Amino acid sequence: MQPILTAQDRENLVSPLFKFDRQFWMTIAVLSVITLPGLALYVRQLFLGLGVTDLNRPVFWGAYLVNFIFLIGISMAGTVISAVLHLLHIEWRRPITRIAESLTVFGLMTAGLQIIMDMGRPDRLINTILYGRLQAPLMWDIASLTLYLLTASFALYLQLIPDIAFMRDSTPENAPTWRKKLYSTLSLGWRGNKEQWTRLEKAITTVSVILIPIGVSLHTVTSWLFSTTVQPGWKSTILGPYFVVGAIYSGIGLLFIAVTFATQYNHHLKSYITDTFYKNLGWIFIVMSFVWFYFTLNETLVVTTEQETLEFPVMAAKLFGEFAPAFWGMNVLMVATTWILIALKVPNKASSNPLFKTTTGLVMTVLAVVTFIALALNIPTLHGAFVELGLLIAFIVFFVLALLGLTGWFQAHLIPSTVIASAFVLFGMWLERWNILMPTLTHARIIPYTTYFPTVTEVALTISTFGILTLIFVVFYKFFPSISIWEVEAGRALEIKNGG
Amino acid sequence: MANWCMVIDLEKCVACQACSVACRMENNTPVVSPEEAKNGRAIRWNDVFPLPVHIAPEQGEYPNVKTHYATRPCMHCENAPCVKTCPVQATYIDEEGIVRQNYDRCIGCRFCTVSCPYGVRYFNWYAPQWEGTLENHLNPDELSVNGSLEGPAVRPVGVVEKCTYCVHRLVKARERAAAEGREFRADEYVPACVQTCTGKARYFGDLDDPDSTVSQLSKSLRATHLLEDSGAHPKTLYLAEG
Repeated sequence: MQPILTAQDRENLVSPLFKFDRQFWMTIAVLSVITLPGLALYVRQLFLGLGVTDLNRPVFWGAYLVNFIFLIGISMAGTVISAVLHLLHIEWRRPITRIAESLTVFGLMTAGLQIIMDMGRPDRLINTILYGRLQAPLMWDIASLTLYLLTASFALYLQLIPDIAFMRDSTPENAPTWRKKLYSTLSLGWRGNKEQWTRLEKAITTVSVILIPIGVSLHTVTSWLFSTTVQPGWKSTILGPYFVVGAIYSGIGLLFIAVTFATQYNHHLKSYITDTFYKNLGWIFIVMSFVWFYFTLNETLVVTTEQETLEFPVMAAKLFGEFAPAFWGMNVLMVATTWILIALKVPNKASSNPLFKTTTGLVMTVLAVVTFIALALNIPTLHGAFVELGLLIAFIVFFVLALLGLTGWFQAHLIPSTVIASAFVLFGMWLERWNILMPTLTHARIIPYTTYFPTVTEVALTISTFGILTLIFVVFYKFFPSISIWEVEAGRALEIKNGG
Repeated sequence: MANWCMVIDLEKCVACQACSVACRMENNTPVVSPEEAKNGRAIRWNDVFPLPVHIAPEQGEYPNVKTHYATRPCMHCENAPCVKTCPVQATYIDEEGIVRQNYDRCIGCRFCTVSCPYGVRYFNWYAPQWEGTLENHLNPDELSVNGSLEGPAVRPVGVVEKCTYCVHRLVKARERAAAEGREFRADEYVPACVQTCTGKARYFGDLDDPDSTVSQLSKSLRATHLLEDSGAHPKTLYLAEG
């Protein structure tokens, strides 16, 4: 029998980890350049106080908190993919479990940073341990985040052990001694005998079972941060499950982007992460998009119908007021995403109708964007019953034609289309969090309505956060394989067994 | 133990804002620039504003106009949302019903400021500053509880602060009574805003004492609370106009 892992695999998966080439250093340099301004501005914020943000009374929370929920959300990818699919014995998960799990850990790490950025007195963080009140929602969040981070890191490490042993055995002769030492220490004497495998399988299954409720708890507790303050717009029982759904939705979006980034970075990975993964996870993505619409409709419809004096001004700000561009922008992005995802699932039929030409689609996209911006900018000269209505109808027509026109292109380009849909979801979900926080905060009960727009410091720190997230991702995968080698091996062994 | 409570008669109030000024001088609340104030950074433990808040202060057409004003200290709620959401117990209700703030413990997460329905909590966005000679006239009083700052001495940047019903005055009044070897009487303690009120629109006292002015007034048909349905069980009472 042939060995399941060939010399080619070794070449594909291990060799790139020891090549610190130009591409790697360029990536690090670019990421550092976009990260550093934010760090410098954070030091300034530490010295001056949170006055450098645009936060005010009553908008006491802003971009940092939006980023916090967003990052907590994307961390859901790992739990769903790795734990749920592992427990369901779904085979196509195997190559991407590593990236999924690591996104959970990195997402949570950067989410923790947001809390510290947002604190008026980060030097008193220790007070949460010395005087922590377990009855306070923020403590639930801190406890849940810590537990989730620890469990997810443990799960990531468990799944890494056989691969670290593989790295230990495949380290090139000329590799630096510290790396050899690193792998031999971290592999914990893994020999790959039957007893060790049985134990590892058991441990991974146990951790997977534990991870799911912890993941759900973190997203729910994060929503309780808002709903327990009983402010108009947040006083809702649907917020918990809505956050969980949104988290899975955006988590899958980030996973698609991260996997595509990894395969673009190391072309050899394409032979492991195939179209099957994009197609299968695409189905879960579609389901999540519908569940998300379902929750959004529930949330919007009930409050709008009720027109209660405290709740309705908040909802009105989203539907017709200053938050309308963000709210409807989010919905437009999500509709486009769902269309793209469904288009990928139906057979590609070439059509001679000019409505279904890519060029028509692109022109219509530009027109749709222009009309949307015209509506969003709320230009006074465009006011008037018919002008606004006309613009609205024009936008809807352009948008539908754009989607129809581009359908053929989407169907012919699986991976780029999925990445575009994922980017839409990520941006849409960031806007969703913005639309949950800001309308409530700017529409306080007995404080005059106010506005909020992030300052340079807040924007730079947001960019830094995503820079740091990518930096951790790139550096981590310079030391550890981004494909779970042993899972691929196990998958192949299973195929051979099933094939005869 | 007393249950301290303030009653504000809106019929008598002329919205002169003397209470706001007295509060500022008594509690050393920092001054901010007009631009910062416009951006919602002003710190007014005791605020005076038109009611309802979200529409123009004057309603109707001249000469048939009506304007309502409210003055607003902390409500010292019995089911205070700020106390319930504080992660480090930096804010708490003491045994005499006053919602107090521990400035040395506050981590500046601003959970309390977000959950307060009345917006009575303020955050120190920058280190406190005073214009010109104002700095020479700070109230020298300082209240420390178990070594933690709670009183009118200047608060550091990055913490939340709020109306305390001038609790340092209560401590001082008790100490004076003890030094003079006599019983402390409830009428020895009033907050600065009550003491200064031009129209004598503010009353202060022990709500649990059936003979006190405040508990007599609490039985008035005009007695009401701000946002009565907020669920926070606010304690500061208002006597409605009209």
